[in-house]
Amino acid sequence: MNDCVSVFLTGVGGQGILLASEILSNAAMLAGFDVKTNEIHGMAQRGGTVTAQVRYGQKVYSPLICEGDARVLCAFEMAEAVRAAHYLAPSGLAVVNQYRIIPVTVSSGSSTYPQDIKETLRKRFPRLCYFDATARAAEAGTERAANVVLLGATSVGLDLPEETWLEAIRKTVKPKFIEVNLKAFAAGRAAAQS
Amino acid sequence: MNSEPARDRLVSLLERAAELKELLSGNEAIARGIYEAGVKVAVGYPGTPSTEILENVEKYKEDVYCEWSPNEKVAFEVAAGASLTGARAIVTMKHVGLNVAADPLMTLTYVGAVGGFVAIVADDPGMHSSQNEQDTRQYARFAKIPILEPADSEEARDFLVAGLELSEKFKTPVILRTTTRISHSRTLVQLRERVEHEPQGFKKDPPRFVPIPAWARPMRVRVEERLKAMAPEVCASPMNRIEWAGKELGIIACGVAYQYVKEVFPEASVLKLGWAYPFPDELIRQFAAGVSRLLVVEELDDFVEEHVKSLGIACDGKNFIPNIGELSPMLLRRIRARMEGKELPQTLPVEEASQLPPRPPVLCPSCPHRAVFAALGKFDVVVTGDIGCYSLGVAAPLNRMDTILCMGAGISMAHGMKVAGEKRRVVGMVGDSTFFHSGITGLLDIGYNKSAPVIIILDNRVTAMTGHQENPGSGLTLMGETTWQASIEDFARACGIKRVFAVDPLKYDAFIELLKESFDTPEPTVIISRSPCIVHDHSGLQTVRQVDPDLCRTCKVCLKIGCPALEFTDGHVRINSLMCGGCSLCEQICPFDAISPISEP
Ligand code: SF4
Ligand code: SF4
Repeated sequence: MNDCVSVFLTGVGGQGILLASEILSNAAMLAGFDVKTNEIHGMAQRGGTVTAQVRYGQKVYSPLICEGDARVLCAFEMAEAVRAAHYLAPSGLAVVNQYRIIPVTVSSGSSTYPQDIKETLRKRFPRLCYFDATARAAEAGTERAANVVLLGATSVGLDLPEETWLEAIRKTVKPKFIEVNLKAFAAGRAAAQS
Repeated sequence: MNSEPARDRLVSLLERAAELKELLSGNEAIARGIYEAGVKVAVGYPGTPSTEILENVEKYKEDVYCEWSPNEKVAFEVAAGASLTGARAIVTMKHVGLNVAADPLMTLTYVGAVGGFVAIVADDPGMHSSQNEQDTRQYARFAKIPILEPADSEEARDFLVAGLELSEKFKTPVILRTTTRISHSRTLVQLRERVEHEPQGFKKDPPRFVPIPAWARPMRVRVEERLKAMAPEVCASPMNRIEWAGKELGIIACGVAYQYVKEVFPEASVLKLGWAYPFPDELIRQFAAGVSRLLVVEELDDFVEEHVKSLGIACDGKNFIPNIGELSPMLLRRIRARMEGKELPQTLPVEEASQLPPRPPVLCPSCPHRAVFAALGKFDVVVTGDIGCYSLGVAAPLNRMDTILCMGAGISMAHGMKVAGEKRRVVGMVGDSTFFHSGITGLLDIGYNKSAPVIIILDNRVTAMTGHQENPGSGLTLMGETTWQASIEDFARACGIKRVFAVDPLKYDAFIELLKESFDTPEPTVIISRSPCIVHDHSGLQTVRQVDPDLCRTCKVCLKIGCPALEFTDGHVRINSLMCGGCSLCEQICPFDAISPISEP
């Protein structure tokens, strides 16, 4: 219906999704686009699902993404990838962190974490980039940069110039974490291109 | 990308983008507007989705006095006092906060403003983090004052400034209404400089400021005159505009719904209402006359639609657009199809999603509230609860909260159950911030009218749920100054309660003993559960715990406290060392001594 690019980020409270969304939106802004983002705050942050939506283009109206419209779905956790799968466009790229966070509903015995989740991911996402971002982040210097590793992979599915991404990282993260995040970003990009 | 011209182009693009605009959330933009408009006093009470407004005003504390007030009524009155000195003043709250502040609102509308007065009220359609859904526009009509509704961050800033000007021009309080999607969406904003507005000081004028009946009656007339005087202005205001396109369909849209309409109905003419009340009748008539079919798209109530119909203009609205929950572009696509006599299938989550474990928000690992709920689980009690992180105690596996109504009701409803003769023991539960907000008067009622519930006040010295704002118990003001820490013990005694205890619930057995003893006493008891919020105050973090697989008999008793750090995988109970904060609750309840601190290397 219009030519905006939509990106849907999802994961669990505490995984750094909001920072990732900020870097992504800054990168789009630096590339000269109109940008809108939406994030869910509040109750969601006590270990609940956290989502962020980013849209950019010549002119963006809605900050919300329509189901089936996202060019990239970037999931920081496997179950959350499946929960948000319907947001991804049929031709879209799914970047999924090979990482499980067990919800309390599982430990308390009222539900189970699906064993066959990898098959579900393969079945549901024809264009799937599935890897252990936490391990790549650790190689880059800190596990906590897993969010930026995932962003690196996400960048492969988008059309923003690499320099704007790097500039956005420099602009967004605290100065002492710039180096490690630049490395993390490169690692994610490499993972998605391989 | 490596060629020189490409790089130059990029650099110039980067420079242009940087000098043009900033990406701000609606709340950040409003904070910026508060600064730019020369506001002197900005106060409020935290409440999602409004909280980040004042948190961001704090950046400008050199120029703007800001505070968290104990509740919205107080905050409203503080801002009203400031306005009467001629200072520009604003107050922030979430929608339910305006219920608390409705009393001053309904008379400030008579007294009016001197310095610009704007109440910024954030609605939460869809109830992302609220106990109800209410449409603040109804309050504007009720109070007969203007309401402004921005559709993005830049408008949020601009409308705040316009609201202050309107307030001064018509001597009226003004409401700026946002919704969750405006407050928490980030869009581009062009920053401006601050323009000072020096207050001239309070000028005595009793017929204007004192609504005793003899003076209130002429004030009442002025309220109506004011509405009439605004009529031409509201039609001419740039906040209301017609965007002519096709003449077939015309849509009247408010707030964020405007953005969805522009995306889903690009061919339609649009009347965008940013200043919906008092209604711009002439503009509505002109727009309706220019289109064949009229549709009103608004979230929640049929506020505008009802008025359009009262003008004798036929329109569609809630016959297509739901009045429950929030709108979205996807929803509008489906509505569009329905209007065209088609049916768009709903894009549902994939089939496998139904087998996923739910991931509800839970109390953090090591949160001291967990111990209180676990202890209460040992008794047959009714728990009248309240609003805060501890509301999460209502969920499985804790299941230990039975009612929630509004702030402060945790105490008053316990009293009500007692005087009604409820046979089970009754526990009223509130947090520290909620107690200061509106729990004190309920406790006074218990002391004065002599019922005997057990009141538990979860005192972690911070307003945790909305993101750890200071409250009168924190000892710190929003502007970062140290201050007196309100004592809940002193308040409780002053309310006539003799049995007052302050204990750490993580001394678990002693806490259970105290509960038992209190339930057996025919007197009211206040138990202050004093332990810091572990997320806010890391001083409570202890050595991580571990499970000894040889001693653990997988009785799973520990799993019943719902700590996210406790996992049951492959037939074993395990503790996630990255999450565990070492509160020791699981260790204290394990019947086989299988849990202990990890041995330090
Ligand atoms: S934020 Fe603090 S009070 Fe709230 S659940 Fe977490 S530890 Fe408990
Ligand atoms: S695992 Fe045990 S010690 Fe660690 S946070 Fe949870 S209840 Fe407390």
